[in-house]
Amino acid sequence: MSLSAPSAAAAAAVASGAASSRPNAIRPAAGLRFCGLRREALGLRSSPQAVAARRSVAAAATAGNGAAGSGGFDYDLVIIGAGVGGHGAALHAVEKGLKTAIIEGDVVGGTCVNRGCVPSKALLAVSGRMRELQDEHHMKSLGLQVSLPGYDRQAVADHANNLASKIRSNLTNSMKALGVDILTGIGTIVGKQKVRYGKVGFPDNEITARNIIIATGSIPFVPKGIEIDGKTVFTSDHALKLESVPDWIAIVGSGYIGLEFSDVYTALGSEVTFVEALDQLMPGFDPEIGKLAQRILINPRKIDYHTGVFASKITPAKDGKPVLIELIDAKTKEHKETLEVDAALIATGRAPFTKGLGLENINVVTQRGFVPVDDRMQVMDADGNVVPNLYCIGDANGKLMLAHAASAQGISVVEQISGRDNILNHLSIPAACFTHPEISMVGLTEPQAREKADKEGFEVSVVKTSFKANTKALAENEGDGLAKMIYRPDTGEILGVHILGLHAADLIHEASNAIALGTRVQDIKFAVHAHPTLSEVLDELFKAAKVKAAGVSHSVNEPVAA
Amino acid sequence: MATAPAPFSLSASTVPARLRAAAVPAGARGRQPRRGRMVVRAKIREIFMPALSSTMTEGKIVSWAASEGDRVNKGDAVVVVESDKADMDVETFHDGIVAAVLVPAGESAPVGAPIALLAESEEEVPLALAKAKELSNGQPQQAAAPAPAEDALATPPPPPTPAAAPAPVSAGTKGIASPQAKNLAKQHRVDLAKVTGTGPYGRITPEDVEAAAGMQPKPKPAAASPAVAAPSAAAVPQAAVLPPVPGATVVPFTTMQAAVSKNMVESLAVPAFRVGYPIVTDKLDELYEKVKPKGVTMTVLLAKAAAMALAQHPVVNASCRDGKSFTYNSNINIAVAVAIDGGLITPVLQDADKLDIYLLSQNWKDLVKKARAKQLQPNEYSSGTFTLSNLGMFGVDRFDAILPPGQGAIMAVGASKPTVVADKDGFFSVKSKMLVNVTADHRIVYGADLAAFLQTFAKIIEDPESLTL
Repeated sequence: MSLSAPSAAAAAAVASGAASSRPNAIRPAAGLRFCGLRREALGLRSSPQAVAARRSVAAAATAGNGAAGSGGFDYDLVIIGAGVGGHGAALHAVEKGLKTAIIEGDVVGGTCVNRGCVPSKALLAVSGRMRELQDEHHMKSLGLQVSLPGYDRQAVADHANNLASKIRSNLTNSMKALGVDILTGIGTIVGKQKVRYGKVGFPDNEITARNIIIATGSIPFVPKGIEIDGKTVFTSDHALKLESVPDWIAIVGSGYIGLEFSDVYTALGSEVTFVEALDQLMPGFDPEIGKLAQRILINPRKIDYHTGVFASKITPAKDGKPVLIELIDAKTKEHKETLEVDAALIATGRAPFTKGLGLENINVVTQRGFVPVDDRMQVMDADGNVVPNLYCIGDANGKLMLAHAASAQGISVVEQISGRDNILNHLSIPAACFTHPEISMVGLTEPQAREKADKEGFEVSVVKTSFKANTKALAENEGDGLAKMIYRPDTGEILGVHILGLHAADLIHEASNAIALGTRVQDIKFAVHAHPTLSEVLDELFKAAKVKAAGVSHSVNEPVAA
Repeated sequence: MATAPAPFSLSASTVPARLRAAAVPAGARGRQPRRGRMVVRAKIREIFMPALSSTMTEGKIVSWAASEGDRVNKGDAVVVVESDKADMDVETFHDGIVAAVLVPAGESAPVGAPIALLAESEEEVPLALAKAKELSNGQPQQAAAPAPAEDALATPPPPPTPAAAPAPVSAGTKGIASPQAKNLAKQHRVDLAKVTGTGPYGRITPEDVEAAAGMQPKPKPAAASPAVAAPSAAAVPQAAVLPPVPGATVVPFTTMQAAVSKNMVESLAVPAFRVGYPIVTDKLDELYEKVKPKGVTMTVLLAKAAAMALAQHPVVNASCRDGKSFTYNSNINIAVAVAIDGGLITPVLQDADKLDIYLLSQNWKDLVKKARAKQLQPNEYSSGTFTLSNLGMFGVDRFDAILPPGQGAIMAVGASKPTVVADKDGFFSVKSKMLVNVTADHRIVYGADLAAFLQTFAKIIEDPESLTL
């Protein structure tokens, strides 16, 4: 179950990156609207000249978004859902000169910004520091003396909430500044290229659009038998408000979300019991990384766990009784035992939020709630045909439930509708779990790579390095960790990279970029890394890899043809 | 560039990749005094759990490369051990035959515990097997861990369960233990079935396990619990910070000093009272002169006398932990305050009532040495049930002590000085007299209890022959 857990947990960096850096680059004086600009004027590089050019063009174009969409449509693009996926698509659409509207039914920013990756990063920032301050051995070895670190729960909760509001307003402002029309209400597709929106039950306004993107995201999945009261039995939505820090909390599901919350709760003094349906904890990770993660993130902490069991019934605390969790064997369904804890966090993954979209009007049938799409994110109808001009991105299509994946899918769709075919390589999308230390990965796990190799008849090699061999990590006294790379020794193609260690989430991008651009090991190994930095962990991997490839490997100084 | 060129050098900078398991002759290790009497069988060696990292406290046997009956040579990898950091091959230092595997694959053992026995030749194998049996039956344990010590690590375990299987918990309401309580129980070998839970819904908490293991709840900065219950109460109870004095040097407390400070402030919450008693020590001094050459110190004599008196007055050896009940300790562990460089520590003479003064003296010497080297283990300084503080050697004639948290009473001993005394018939004489002053928690120890205890104590000191028994 927790296999499908990642979306809420993944990508603060991407969210805030999308929210701030891009608009900053092209946000000029207030009030200027850019939406109607043609794309030549809006190259993303923001050299001073480019910005200046844009300003002058903007002035000439007057109120950009007011111009009618081409071909008699109200808009070139309407996006239903204003989460990170919708936001990424909207920004790119403006860049491509499309007249764009976004329909937001709840709050701008969606799950990631309001109830997911963003506030959880605020809590994890606190837990990371608490953990460090409480680690007497670690402090002593650095020569520091710290006495009795403590915390104020409400202030911690406020930090998370403030961060979410800040990112939300950044996101809203960036879209407003670019001239994206933000329409409020629930969006329903009423026919081909036709959307109605408005309050629930009153979809009063009807608009037409050349293209429509569904980006309605997901909500926490709660298995049946579990009664949520929001106080003692809750999902990540409530947990992020940090209304209490229970003495003992059971976390149902040991994927990204569960793991991150275990990091937060144990740092704040709770004891944690994991309930995992599969036979091992952290089932989504590369097994070697998972084993080490268990040694670093589970075993030394105040955590125990039950694997291979379902929580068949969870009753909130009431009438002087604690929270009761009935566990049944995942295979035999026999009752195993009943846990009594102070609270339970349900982190069993996320379910797509696609009800009320009016998909029946265009003959589309969801699969377990997910909107079926092809490689290009084009929605498929019940007969397996592509529905023209209709796309679905992000958690709602279930391909890869990560905020930055949604955004990347959105950008890919915008590329297509502006005339450039584009298929997103999902294997180049990194994922991260922000525990202390962090875990990150891109591409295939070792077993997946070996399976693929067997099928397709190529060889696979693996190189590994330890953070203990990295100067910067040792200077920080954070030598725990491992990085491994899976690659093809015949071609030098990078198949997957997995990192567990200090700042792993920031380190993965060198690998994910290499995969996205098709850079080979024999080439990237000549790239220089500053010393001493954590990035040398990857440098070690690249240099340790043995590629048998014949032929010349070109220097990094030459332009790389991807 | 990175410090280690090896592609995968998990331990490059700290530990050699292959650890050697130091094997020492069985019985030759002095750490556990009771084993000192065992016949030394130099031809049988213990392979014990090595410390693979500075933070490792126990290791899990991943697999045995050698099995019982195998002949191994010096330098052979005999076992793979999983520490908190990594799996490592462990080599043997000696040639021999693996006679008995004490800890099978899948099981864990604390650092330093024997995990296998190595016999030098075939002839010694039966001897080694006998020893293995002996070890598994009566594994010498820290005196602090009572009953559950019996089924210690060497017991042949059930077939190795998969690593993932969590500690079994009996179904139903009874015996529910929190995750950390389970961890601690495993670490300190406490049988959870015998622990009474005091947590919410009768749950066994980590503190319950520590108490059952004879440890004092030590100040745990890691718990962060003050803030959990009441965020505003997070501030450590502290006197208002006074303004800085111009020109003065401010030196922050070390961790130990901070712990002392915290304990002292905590003691203010306990309603303590003091009772003093004069004791004639001429006979004790005579005895001391006699046993001094055998390495017995005055501290040990006093500790022994206090322990014997406590045995007759268990309430003085009790403590009050919740303000509602007496906690009677099953052991009499005398903590003795020792000044060390930059602080104060209380090494504990465990079972002082049961051990003889020579054994106690031996233990005391070890403890002091460790204390000076700051190597005391938590249970060696935090398991006291009664504290003794002696300033007599400085000529102090009387003082009173502050009650440490978690104990019912503390005795402050002054110097023994020649004093003119009149006996019941009115005859004057000069006797050595010392003043002892006991501070006690009045919630559980009342004036008459303390007086009776002191009377017993004085009787023992004034007729000290029983001390040598």
